[in-house]
Amino acid sequence: MSLLSKLKEAVVCLKAGRVTLPYPAQTQPVPPRFRGRPIFDAAKCIGCAGCANNCPAREILVFDVCQEVRILKYLGRRCTYCGRCADVCPEKAITMSHEFENATNSIGDIQQKLDLFMSTCQRCGRCFKEPSPLEQLKLKGYRFDDLANERWIFRSKAYLTEEAAVDDVKIELD
Amino acid sequence: MLKNLCQKMFGRSLWVYHANSGGCNGCDIEVLNVLTPYYDAERFGIKLVGSPRHADVMLCQGPAMRSTAKALQRAYEAMPAPKLVFAIGSCACGGGIWFDSYSVLGPVEKLIPVNYYIPGCPPRPEAIIYGVAVALDLVDKKTAPVQFKQTELPIPRYHPADLEGQGEMVVYKKIEPV
Repeated sequence: MSLLSKLKEAVVCLKAGRVTLPYPAQTQPVPPRFRGRPIFDAAKCIGCAGCANNCPAREILVFDVCQEVRILKYLGRRCTYCGRCADVCPEKAITMSHEFENATNSIGDIQQKLDLFMSTCQRCGRCFKEPSPLEQLKLKGYRFDDLANERWIFRSKAYLTEEAAVDDVKIELD
Repeated sequence: MLKNLCQKMFGRSLWVYHANSGGCNGCDIEVLNVLTPYYDAERFGIKLVGSPRHADVMLCQGPAMRSTAKALQRAYEAMPAPKLVFAIGSCACGGGIWFDSYSVLGPVEKLIPVNYYIPGCPPRPEAIIYGVAVALDLVDKKTAPVQFKQTELPIPRYHPADLEGQGEMVVYKKIEPV
């Protein structure tokens, strides 16, 4: 009796077959609405820094070299792939790709850096408008984030010194 | 000879210790998902152990927090010498979205040296297996830092040279939808 039940179990196990996905050799397609790493399209980007103002993780840094050139740097270390940057982008220059295989041995591999031309506008040259009046208050024209230490600086007159890239979490707030 | 054979056969079986220093358990669930029969990390010889003294690899989830900083450092020091640290999730890689709150110190690399980073919030189980495969030299890493440079303005600029007459009207040639 018990031998028969064991044989039955073996038959059931053989019928079930193999379920393991042989992953690094063979991949399974991700679901269609999956959000992976954001990809920045430099040809479409107008440099409004709407993504940098709306990023909840403060992972997009903006540095104005001069009136005409603006550097936009996506670090992606603590990016949660929320897709908010792609939502607010007026030119649809940011697409949430399906790339999830981002494992690296150095964290700087994920970053993307864009050197952008800016039009010369008489006011501030930065043409993004926040949707609500409360959010418009925090908007500022020129931004000087700390590219060397990879830190977001809230006030443009704030100045941070002498700390390493790992220490980027201390943000000066008004 | 037997020793060589053993080193060849068992050289890369990693025993994994799973340390959560204050994450939200999302990455924990994905790590446990990796150990299920569908993804089956035991193909690579990966085994979950309960003590850092048995482990070769520490999987860190969650940011470096003020309350668990000492415990994380002690767990790292308790591991025997050839040790790897994987930072799993955006909290461990960069501090998470609560990076500026009072109890979060930042990424785990502030406390312990990190060898491999697996970003994602949470990373897919495939992404974690991919990170392990990168560490085992089974696959190459796909990411590299990217720099773009705009060579011309994305918006067509008004220029008098592009004006041309059509009958009575003057038409600007280069109007493109932006």
